[in-house]
Amino acid sequence: MGLVLDVLSWVCLLGGAIFLLIGAIGVLRFPDFYTRLHAVSICDTLGAGLVLVGLMMQGGLSLVTVKLLLMFYFMIFTGPTAVHALAEAAMQGKLKPHVDDRES
Amino acid sequence: MPELLGHYNYWIVIILMMTGFYTVIARPNLIKKIIGLFIFQTSVFILFISMAKVEGGTAPIIEEGISVYSNPLPHVLILTAIVVSLATTALGLALVVRIRDAYGTINEDDIHVQDEED
Amino acid sequence: MEYLIDIVLLGLLMITGFAIVRMRSLLAAAMLTSIYSLLSASLFVVLDAVDVALTEAAIGAGISTILLLAAVALTTDEEKTPRHTPLLPLVVVIATGAALIYGTLDMPHYGDPEAPVHRYVAPTYLHDTPGEIGVPNVVTSVLASYRGYDTLGEVTVIFTAGAGVLALLGYRTRRRNSQGPGNRKLVVLRVIAKLFFPLILLFALYVLLHGDYGPGGGFQAGVIFATGFILYALAFGLGNAQRVIPHQLLRIMMAVGVLIYAAVGIESMLLGGKFLEYRVLADDPVTGQHLGIMLIELGVGITVAAVMLIIYYGFVSRLHSGDM
Repeated sequence: MGLVLDVLSWVCLLGGAIFLLIGAIGVLRFPDFYTRLHAVSICDTLGAGLVLVGLMMQGGLSLVTVKLLLMFYFMIFTGPTAVHALAEAAMQGKLKPHVDDRES
Repeated sequence: MPELLGHYNYWIVIILMMTGFYTVIARPNLIKKIIGLFIFQTSVFILFISMAKVEGGTAPIIEEGISVYSNPLPHVLILTAIVVSLATTALGLALVVRIRDAYGTINEDDIHVQDEED
Repeated sequence: MEYLIDIVLLGLLMITGFAIVRMRSLLAAAMLTSIYSLLSASLFVVLDAVDVALTEAAIGAGISTILLLAAVALTTDEEKTPRHTPLLPLVVVIATGAALIYGTLDMPHYGDPEAPVHRYVAPTYLHDTPGEIGVPNVVTSVLASYRGYDTLGEVTVIFTAGAGVLALLGYRTRRRNSQGPGNRKLVVLRVIAKLFFPLILLFALYVLLHGDYGPGGGFQAGVIFATGFILYALAFGLGNAQRVIPHQLLRIMMAVGVLIYAAVGIESMLLGGKFLEYRVLADDPVTGQHLGIMLIELGVGITVAAVMLIIYYGFVSRLHSGDM
């Protein structure tokens, strides 16, 4: 049981790190503000969530796990809200999304 | 590894300090100067805290079974310094806002020109 | 293995520092400063300074960013190119840097347990704290009890900063703007702000009272408390925030905190001890220390929260629309 939990927590931690890396590459490579925002919002929330779940598994049943659970709850709410506020502010500032005009 | 790291820490701190110093003296925008001062102050905090670290020690919270702790005295000094840096940054930014009201610009060169005209 | 994290974090700090110097847009420079503070807070955790990391994250990455953004919103965003060539500043900076690097060659090795800084005073504090004060967090015991007089000076500095910003920026009363035209757009932000506002205040109280047993204390708690109200003001507008916590109350709170701190000191003098000697506050010296530390942390928290909010109100009330 201990070994399975350990391996699972390592999978979650590495998966979280890979998603954060993918989000960062997305921010660099995407052409427009809104597409970059999309990349960072999804990948960052998922990556941070997976890292927290991996740490919860490492902590076992203790007070540390309860605190990590509260952090997870906080991040799930505030991550997408912050991105929503950014997108709303950009729309209000009249930043137009980059729309492709070619017919495919 | 610790031998190489021993001075790498301090040298990076000095590079950061000089970056902040350069921003304060070379950039004419007042808010940029305040940001440079903030970089300078934070790099000094890093210098103090890296002097406080003891190899093999943990955070200075007394716990059963741990005998080596990091030095708590620089931590206390830097706690005070962080709060004081916030106070000076807030006052500096308030002054910048009032200078903008009085001169119409926050560029140091333009302010000098306006002062010389009076 | 933790050396690797150290090296990477310091390298990232250096890159961020260079990026801040070269950035022309002040808004981007303010956000890069926030990243810089957060990176140094992580570095402090790696260097075993957990209390300092919490304070740096709350103050540097939190409040300083808000103040910088408010200042950029009130002034310009563009930085004009400097008129003079930067040759003389570069020479001065390189000369000073070389002199400082030559100076660090004599410094003790990183992490050396035999360094002079670990010799004389610090082992006494680490040794005496469990017996005399009974508080596990040594940083709190040194800050609040052994060096309590310095902390009184620090609270006075914060009070002076608040008074200075009040004198410079003042406060213009806002009309109530509860029904604004952009109401539909802010629905998500308003719901989340209402959801998290009591949790943030509760967390501030937790950090205040838990400062004896883990990282925390008065300063961090005050800043987190103010952050809750700033979140509310960002979502609902300054007029509504003024109805929740009025400016007059903040001015009173600012002074009451310092008063509590000094009153604890004078009370201990009236009970027969010296100024800020908590031993005499109760029958048992250790209980007296606990009581004294809790009261002064409360005073510090009240003053810090009030001053942060006064500075925020001062900046934002000068914007035309009343919200940021």
